[in-house]
Amino acid sequence: MLGTLAQHGTDTVGDGAAAAGAHVAHAAESIAAATPGAELMLAVPALTLLAAILCGLCAAFRVRSKLPAWLSVGCLGASFVCVLLTYLNLAGEHGAGGIVPRIAHGFEWLTFQWGRGGTGGEGRSFVADFSLYVDSLTCLWMLFVTGLATLIGLYASEYMVGDVKTAGYSRFFAAFNLFVLSMSCLVMADNLVLLYLGWEGVGLCSYLLIGYFYKKPSAVAAAKKAFIMNRIGDLGLSLGLMLTFVHFGTVQFNELWPLIQSYASGATPTPFIVQLIPVLFTVGAFGKSAQIPLYVWLPDAMEGPTPVSALIHAATMVTAGVYLVARFLPIYALSEWALPIVAWGGALTALLAATIGMAQFDIKRIMAYSTVSQLGYMFAGLGVLGSVGAASHVFTHAFFKALLFLACGAVMHGFAGQLDLRKLSGVQKMPGWRIVGLTMLVGCLNLAGFPLITAGFWSKDMILADAFSHPQFRAIGWILLITAGLTAYYTFRVYFRVFMGPKYFEPGDELHAAAHGDDHGEAHDAAGHVTHSAAPHGQHMAAEGALAAKGHAHDHGHADAHGVFHPHPPGWAINLVLTILALATFAAIPLFFIGDHHGWVGDLVHGSSSNPASAAAAHEAAMHGHGPHGGSFLGMDPHAVMYYVSAVVGIIGIGIAFVLHLAGRTTPATSRADALLPALGPIARAAQHKWYVDELYGVLFVTPLRVLSHIFHLIDKLLVDGLVNLFGWLPRGIGSFVRRSQSGVLHDYGLRMASGLAIILLIVLLGVLR
Amino acid sequence: MTGFASAMSALTGAATLTLGQSDFPHPMHQVTLAHYLVLSALLFGIGLIGFITRRNLIIMFLCTELMFQAAGLALIAFSRFHLNHTGETFVIFVLTIAAAEAAMALALVVLLFRRRETLDASAWSELRG
Repeated sequence: MLGTLAQHGTDTVGDGAAAAGAHVAHAAESIAAATPGAELMLAVPALTLLAAILCGLCAAFRVRSKLPAWLSVGCLGASFVCVLLTYLNLAGEHGAGGIVPRIAHGFEWLTFQWGRGGTGGEGRSFVADFSLYVDSLTCLWMLFVTGLATLIGLYASEYMVGDVKTAGYSRFFAAFNLFVLSMSCLVMADNLVLLYLGWEGVGLCSYLLIGYFYKKPSAVAAAKKAFIMNRIGDLGLSLGLMLTFVHFGTVQFNELWPLIQSYASGATPTPFIVQLIPVLFTVGAFGKSAQIPLYVWLPDAMEGPTPVSALIHAATMVTAGVYLVARFLPIYALSEWALPIVAWGGALTALLAATIGMAQFDIKRIMAYSTVSQLGYMFAGLGVLGSVGAASHVFTHAFFKALLFLACGAVMHGFAGQLDLRKLSGVQKMPGWRIVGLTMLVGCLNLAGFPLITAGFWSKDMILADAFSHPQFRAIGWILLITAGLTAYYTFRVYFRVFMGPKYFEPGDELHAAAHGDDHGEAHDAAGHVTHSAAPHGQHMAAEGALAAKGHAHDHGHADAHGVFHPHPPGWAINLVLTILALATFAAIPLFFIGDHHGWVGDLVHGSSSNPASAAAAHEAAMHGHGPHGGSFLGMDPHAVMYYVSAVVGIIGIGIAFVLHLAGRTTPATSRADALLPALGPIARAAQHKWYVDELYGVLFVTPLRVLSHIFHLIDKLLVDGLVNLFGWLPRGIGSFVRRSQSGVLHDYGLRMASGLAIILLIVLLGVLR
Repeated sequence: MTGFASAMSALTGAATLTLGQSDFPHPMHQVTLAHYLVLSALLFGIGLIGFITRRNLIIMFLCTELMFQAAGLALIAFSRFHLNHTGETFVIFVLTIAAAEAAMALALVVLLFRRRETLDASAWSELRG
């Protein structure tokens, strides 16, 4: 059976190769390649699954130590090493850093055959194996997914320390590993079904981890919101998957590429179905990657623990949508509408999220909106066929956004859950917070696109230049440029208010007590002094302090008896991870200057299915040459001038933030921006309320559905339940009459028996007499 | 009184018994099937009325025995009427069983008495619905 399939496969490849094009040859190569060399990649799902199971066993055997964390970090680190070894082994095969695509076969998973098989060609089959498709795009994603997962696991080992004494610690790391397992399935799948499995898996893990504090109603609501929003997107992806099989007859990537390429010459018009597939994929990608109109779940997802926000909701899972589009760029290029949808969706999301982020006060939420905004950039980049820029931005964004989240998490952890930027100030000057402050500055510079010395600048710049170089997407370029300025402003708004300025803090109403069970050490005489109400904190200490003290004993002790709050600065694990990530963002800069195609990432992208050159050629051919060339930025070559333009925009944004939020600020709440706020009136208020999008969705979808569900409930209660109850009541009603005959008196029974006998006798007699 | 008379004559002169159905004999001289059946019915009726009206468990039990024997009597009469021994054989078996049953029933009565210290049947009415 497999033999026939392989035969079939090579046949189609042959046809495709006839249709020519560099990418086709490259795809054919990949199929002929039962090329070994990527088998080590199979260790990644195996190791993460092992870690998840071990963490589950830790929970079952009531392990109350940091064992699950070290197990996870060990397994994740080992899987990172596996990926790195595989990549280093293969690198250079294709371009400077690219590799030839190959398949690492795991095991046979789903194989169906029906119809008349054999030589007739009437029979059809459906094959989806657990096999990994390893090409350079896969390697890029897997490198940062496993690398960041290792680092963030290390960070979480300290961050989640308050839960060591509960089953929560094991539960957290089990879900954490399960997430990496699902993500590796998603990224390395060699067919759409395995990709879909991973897609759903990361959604599930995201749900589990957002709802980690399951006793907190807002966390539970956020988890449900994320899950339901993702379901809408997943519907799109699953429909796209089905259409792909219906039209192409296969879901395996290496069989799909040549089939897709056969339309790329433009000789045959692209059928409607093929044009529809990428649009449906886009729905899925926009759901997973939080783009308009499905973006509202991501900011709420910040209810989860911060390591989760950093890994899943900033660095890895939310880039799955970008991965999907990048992976299927060849089919996007064939569609008339898919690329503009992606480009405009991304650009508008970038702008909208940035404007909301400007008006928020919760620093973690600001970072969430900035993630949505940056994902918008990536989609816009893909939409203008700049997959190199998009992938570069995914790569740099993964590091600096994880860094930003982890720094915010350190602040939240140390200040009893305080996230309001109006209640924190000058954190960097407090003892023990220097590393957090400096690394936060590095992250902010990257996000703001500070010129030359940040990786974020180079990747963002690439997207902007790509947008401007397509005349029909010039508007998108302008939107993204404005957004870049806004991004720089809101990023440094956070930095200047929280980390600079006079020292001041108010502790949060720590949920550590209820959910974390953490304590806040006293050893450092923090500068900020607050008359914190002693009672709730004192109680919290009594209940939890003794438990959690052990984990923190190395450099800070317990709370003092007065219950005065003192922030505790992060320990070695958090500081180490922050430092590594900050250095990584710098280390990424040279990567932009090696290789033949705009850097190392460019080489990887060019060596994969998301090769922008072949996609552009296919797009042009399929659109019959309607795609005009040679866009410009105000008459200049965008690729040449965009460095200066985006640098100026970024610095202007930072400058405005400096003037409004740092200069002349003596207390946390007296910045010039606050004086400016009333002047803006309703605009500021609307932005603060997230442009009332949640309310709009509430009116448009939630309320009608709720009304409908009430109607259904009523029907169910009256009609269905009524019918069922009727059948219950009927015997009961009859019974209540008949029951009276059972008097329990023996004579009654006798008498009744006798009368029955008499009646029978009478009937017999009458019959005889007649 | 006819029942009693016919029963007596049945006991004394079985030979004179005429069981022809065509010529109905004189009631006072010949005991026919009808006599037996009437007697059986009377016995049954007495037993039934006794069973319904009396509350003493032992009396009630005796009444059931009476009804039982009424049925037995009818069986024997029919057996003789048809000139075969099926009914008689049956009655002999029934009597055997009835003896055993009587022993059990009386034992039950004793047990019931021990529980309630009374023989009144109305003391047992747990099965009221």
